[in-house]
Amino acid sequence: MKSKPLHNKTFLYIVGQLKQSAMDLLPIVLVIGFFQIVIIRQPLPQFGDILFGTLMVIVGLSMFIQGLEMALFPLGESMAQSLTRKGSLFWLLSFAFALGFSTTIAEPALIAICRKAAEIAAQGGLLDPAPSSLASYALGLRLTVAFSVGFAILLGVLRILLNWPIHVLIIGGYILVILITTIAPAEIIGIAYDAGGVTTSTITVPLVTALGVGLATIIKGRNPLLDGFGLIAFASLLPMIFVMGYGIIFFGI
Amino acid sequence: MEMLFDLLKTLLLTGRDLLPIAIIFSFFQLVVIKQSIANISRILIGSLYVLIGLALFLTGLEKALFPVGNIMAEQLTNPVFLQGNKVSVDLTHWTTYGWLYFFAATIGFATTIAEPSLIAVAYKANEVSGGSVGQWGLRITVAVGVAFGITLGCYRIVSGTPLHYFITVGYIIVSIQTFFAPKALIPLAYDSGGVTTSTVTVPIVAALGLGLSASVPGRNPAIDGFGLIAFASLFPIISVLTYAQLAHWRATRTIRIKENTHAL
Repeated sequence: MKSKPLHNKTFLYIVGQLKQSAMDLLPIVLVIGFFQIVIIRQPLPQFGDILFGTLMVIVGLSMFIQGLEMALFPLGESMAQSLTRKGSLFWLLSFAFALGFSTTIAEPALIAICRKAAEIAAQGGLLDPAPSSLASYALGLRLTVAFSVGFAILLGVLRILLNWPIHVLIIGGYILVILITTIAPAEIIGIAYDAGGVTTSTITVPLVTALGVGLATIIKGRNPLLDGFGLIAFASLLPMIFVMGYGIIFFGI
Repeated sequence: MEMLFDLLKTLLLTGRDLLPIAIIFSFFQLVVIKQSIANISRILIGSLYVLIGLALFLTGLEKALFPVGNIMAEQLTNPVFLQGNKVSVDLTHWTTYGWLYFFAATIGFATTIAEPSLIAVAYKANEVSGGSVGQWGLRITVAVGVAFGITLGCYRIVSGTPLHYFITVGYIIVSIQTFFAPKALIPLAYDSGGVTTSTVTVPIVAALGLGLSASVPGRNPAIDGFGLIAFASLFPIISVLTYAQLAHWRATRTIRIKENTHAL
């Protein structure tokens, strides 16, 4: 540990992160502990596995977030800044799309949910239960969600640039969601609606907020606190529409 | 040993998952911006942490978070547990699952109140509103919104009502509220729906819904199992807009009362 001061410092950061992740899990542990001991009063099955898995979740999440703060966040923020200063609309919009797409494809909760969705679809007899077909369904779902988040961030940046009113776009989006629901197959509606909430967590929120607030700061006459927000809202809305589209193509109407 | 093998496999798969980010970021840095990357060693070490951390998290999630959500759903819907001292229970009636609703509400409230992204949003909302939206008030409002949302979502799974009925009504409420809410807080309220469902909460809540739909007679996980996260993302928007509205009314009323006393 004494090779480079940098390593020592990051080690200390990781310990701090560990504490933070443990604190995040604490409410869940307390609630489940309360129910197990006071209400259910039965031994928890596979207790050892769960304990070990929880430990892996805490360590994994800490390292993941620490790594993001070291690598992805500073890089993303400096790139967002140099691209907005460059002034090329084409590259700014491509960057917005790329940022949304790439951060969503690596979102841990999304990876987990897409796998689960494939498993459930196979159990329900909707999908060939071979591992390769499960993997391709899960990947297709993830790519669809990532594409839609990329598109949503692009749209959100355009909104900030052109000063479109946010509520018109959101309410328009709601109407579109409801209309597509009427023709979408029942098996996709649940996962499509959930996809909206899953996409925006650990990686996407800080980077996208940095992009939005950065943009609103540079453009004259925009208030970063007002115009910087709203990108996440698009990123939760569009995946619903696109995933239902994926379901229509995959399962038919 | 088996776990170690699993971990190694996950590590390789995770590397493949992260590849698009690496490609896209290097493309923009080298081709579009044409600058060398500052602090490259730090970024490489950070990327390694991301890779190992994500692989560990995903393995732990399969071993702990998914099973826990599932076990809780199974235990709380177990006929022996539900029957207790009663002579018989009707497993298809929604009132049978009281403890499950209580669990759903508690887990929703507890995870939301401690959610770091929500703490950040509450801080900013306080700033934007010029202090009329209190930080703790907002956090409690959102947590109550999530608790109510997940509980209602569980009721929906038990009763088998189509998901889009609830979501459509929710959207109509949000749309109406938007016309009355203070303009400055609208984008923030819309965003708060997305930030409440964190990486740790999503798997547990999803497993709870899937486990529940597998246990209640007549429900199909493929159709009824998903949707809890959608509830947890929609209700915070409604509760934040409500809270902002109330805070706004309270603030304008105090000003009006002050003006009136001045006039007298």
